[in-house]
Amino acid sequence: MRRNGCGGTAYGESAIAGADHMLRLAPYLVAAILTGPVLAGALGALIPSFGFLPVLGQTEVGLGPWRALLAWPGLGTSVLLSFLSGLVTAGIALSLALLFLAVFFETRAFTWLRQAIAPLLAVPHAAAAFALAFLIAPSGFLARLMSPWATGWQRPPDLLIVQDEWGLSLMAGLVMKEVPFLLLMALAPLAQIHASDRMRLARSFGYGRVSAWFKTIVPALYPLLRLPVCAVIAYSSANIDVALILGPVSPPPLAVQILRWSNDPDLDFRMIASAGAILQFAVTAGAIACWILAERCIGLLLRGWLVSGRRATGDAGLATLGRGLFPVLILASMLGIAALGLNAFARAWRFPDALPGHWTIAHWQSVAETAGGPVAATLWIALLTTLLSLVLVVCVLENERQRGGRSGRVLEFLIYVPLLVPQIGFIFGLVLLAEMAGAPPGGGLVAAGHVVFVLPYVYLSLAEAYRRQDPAWTRLARTLGQTASGAFWKVRLPMLLTPLLTAFAVGAAISIGQYLVTRLLGAGRVETVTTEAIALAAGGDRRLIGAWALTQAILPVAGFALALAAPRLIWRNRRGMLGGSR
Amino acid sequence: MLFRRGIAAVSVILGLFAGSSEGAAENPPAEWTKVLEAARGQTVYWNAWGGDPRINAYIDWAGEQARERFGVSVVHVKLTDTAEAVARVLAEKSAGRAEGGAVDLIWINGENFAAMKRNGLLFGPWLDRLPNHRLTDPANNPDLGLDFGVMVDGLEMPWARARLVFYRDTAVLPEPPLNTDSLLAWTRENPGRFTYPLPPSFLGTTFLKQVLIERAADPSALYEPVSEANFAATSQPLWDYLDALHPTLWRQARSFPKNAGGMRRLMSDGEVDIAFAFSQADASAGIDSGELPETVRNYVFDAGTIGNVSFLAIPFNAAHSNAAMVLANFLLSPEAQMRKQDPAHWGSATVLSLGQLKKEEADAFRGLDLGPAALPTDQLGTMLAEPHPSWTEALEAEWVRRYGVR
Repeated sequence: MRRNGCGGTAYGESAIAGADHMLRLAPYLVAAILTGPVLAGALGALIPSFGFLPVLGQTEVGLGPWRALLAWPGLGTSVLLSFLSGLVTAGIALSLALLFLAVFFETRAFTWLRQAIAPLLAVPHAAAAFALAFLIAPSGFLARLMSPWATGWQRPPDLLIVQDEWGLSLMAGLVMKEVPFLLLMALAPLAQIHASDRMRLARSFGYGRVSAWFKTIVPALYPLLRLPVCAVIAYSSANIDVALILGPVSPPPLAVQILRWSNDPDLDFRMIASAGAILQFAVTAGAIACWILAERCIGLLLRGWLVSGRRATGDAGLATLGRGLFPVLILASMLGIAALGLNAFARAWRFPDALPGHWTIAHWQSVAETAGGPVAATLWIALLTTLLSLVLVVCVLENERQRGGRSGRVLEFLIYVPLLVPQIGFIFGLVLLAEMAGAPPGGGLVAAGHVVFVLPYVYLSLAEAYRRQDPAWTRLARTLGQTASGAFWKVRLPMLLTPLLTAFAVGAAISIGQYLVTRLLGAGRVETVTTEAIALAAGGDRRLIGAWALTQAILPVAGFALALAAPRLIWRNRRGMLGGSR
Repeated sequence: MLFRRGIAAVSVILGLFAGSSEGAAENPPAEWTKVLEAARGQTVYWNAWGGDPRINAYIDWAGEQARERFGVSVVHVKLTDTAEAVARVLAEKSAGRAEGGAVDLIWINGENFAAMKRNGLLFGPWLDRLPNHRLTDPANNPDLGLDFGVMVDGLEMPWARARLVFYRDTAVLPEPPLNTDSLLAWTRENPGRFTYPLPPSFLGTTFLKQVLIERAADPSALYEPVSEANFAATSQPLWDYLDALHPTLWRQARSFPKNAGGMRRLMSDGEVDIAFAFSQADASAGIDSGELPETVRNYVFDAGTIGNVSFLAIPFNAAHSNAAMVLANFLLSPEAQMRKQDPAHWGSATVLSLGQLKKEEADAFRGLDLGPAALPTDQLGTMLAEPHPSWTEALEAEWVRRYGVR
């Protein structure tokens, strides 16, 4: 502040020249981080799939692993399961997300919906899946609440609900997690497409709320949601954590089968697993292609309806459906977590008791005894990777602002690469390559691996808010005597505090939830709450699983709570700053 | 209850062994002294299944002891599947890393050992270098020298004995079926009340072997390497049996629990009436923690049940093989084996030969309370040996072919 204008400028300019250099490099660096590991890992899977794995004395290149893969009993069903759970999950999740927005957009409940998203999103997939499994099983929480007075069950009925052959419980679990994700992804573009204006205009022409939404907003909103929807398809068709808990067991979804092959004591199965990983790429790509085809057809079919001028198409029914389903979704999520919580304090809980018969805190003592190391590791990895990702993303966005215009479409697409490519496909290849490069397994490698998955989410949650900040603030700050960097550090960044912290919480939540990367790149030496929870899940004691799943969920939820509370605390005397993001 | 008894047992044992372990350390052979010196300050990355908090706690205890007594730190790498560690060693060998490997010690047996041995992934032989090895009386316990019929050749150290035992709630099912025929008759009367873990999970495959050993026309074929010629004929009785059994199982065999823990949870939820485990201590631990009703008791089949030994192995490229051997030798000490067998801590049967121990040590083992669900050792019946490991894979593949497809 006391620096004289001349010196300040000279200092500022040279700093900016250096920073400018870094800003120009940032998009390339980010592109390399996002695609390099994926490409390298995929190559690491492709080569063994043709029988080349020298350590096993396998150097004869051929189609052997592929023949073995295609001859595997039940492969067709596994592929179909993965394919369908990708498409069905995305279809239902998108319909629900759009319906909820249609029904609640700009109502009082909308604020509430906005706030409900973060905690729903923060609960790790595995914890949410455990919660749902216990909620709906024949001996689960709902059955216990209803028995025997309503159902007459003294013993649980022999019904296949969880892990059913058609993957319905799997899809239900995925939908519960993907609806909040799509809602979050849809909130940002709403402002960009001037949704309020569109809605007001359509309503003033007498369109019903739901019809107005689907006719005037969805056609503009959907193109901006396409990549997130594809990410949902990719995740649903290739995930491990949820499929292990809710998916059918025999035959399982393809990704689970690949994991089984790669865990088979007969080491020759490694090559089949590699071929399976390549097949998984194809299945996911096929599901996405199928979606895009379906999207075109639906677009054509609905064109007539869009311009028909009909003011209402089942509006009342759809509105009721949306109003009814949203609480069901929220309630199911909360009830599931509550049931997990009860388990975590249960000593004995026999069917059909609605509550545990004996209580204990032994499970929490056991967590307390062992959780210190994992919690510390989880935190430093999450904080470091998210901070690094945040810096990179801000560099990319700032570079974009200074050069004018949005980042190239290429970078926008590259951001999605780690989300579109099945993890199981490239992580095994990545481990092999890390070994060849002599990178020692451990925290550093794990953190590097997390960046690949954290960075896209940080970018997705920050980009819109960053772009929407009025460029006039820079000019205003400069006219008040700030250097360019001063305007950036002292004016613009503080104004973005809320979205920056939210992006940080999202990134940290993603890092905390990573299992496969942590496990494989860390050679099992890096213990996080997630690896610990999943290791104990193998033991099957639901009470202990409950305690660990809650521990695993508390960290990201606390992160979101901090991200929401911190700006209010920091700017308690500057209420205007809180609106900086909106 | 068990907890208090555990404390009593431990204080007795600590008193007993305070002298003996010092005594053993007095005159170690020169070669072993070198190992001890090299090991000091090293960290052992011990890869072991991490699904049971009690086993994890035992491993933590062993790690603390190793640090205090030998200056060896222990990190428990908690696996969900032992093959993960095998895969890691394999990846290292692929990458040409012949030393400085990430895995120092693996809890292992059966196919995983056979695969590592076949692919040259093991360090050793090192078993004879351990001073405590003689306590297992190898000359009179030939079963410790075979891992599922594969010669151990000093490449791994016997660590624990396991026995297949069934359990049920005596309040619900006082007279359980005692052979495969009566099991089938019982499931027909009580559909949906029995299941087994999904093969190729360890326990699921064990159930297949248990049925096959009982029903095979000539069980001796199971102890030879499997061949295409004898597989179909020998295994046919198993498939006939499962064809009849499956429609009467939990969820009509359209789904299976994932492993032993999943099956115990079904028992806890009242979804099934009979379960089984590879240890007498499983049901007792379940009672103790409240997961299972207090009236649950173990039982075995009339014609005997499968038993096996699990081992500790060191990979060929382990970065800290000396420290791994020091830890392994400690785990084979009467003190560590006693704590392992105590159901308050774990309840896994010892591999030591009581005749080789001091009298008070042997008495302490004999006097150990095995837990509320356990059968007395003399009522455990005949131990059936594990078939040759080649059968494991053949049975698992055929099971998937027959029942893994819809």
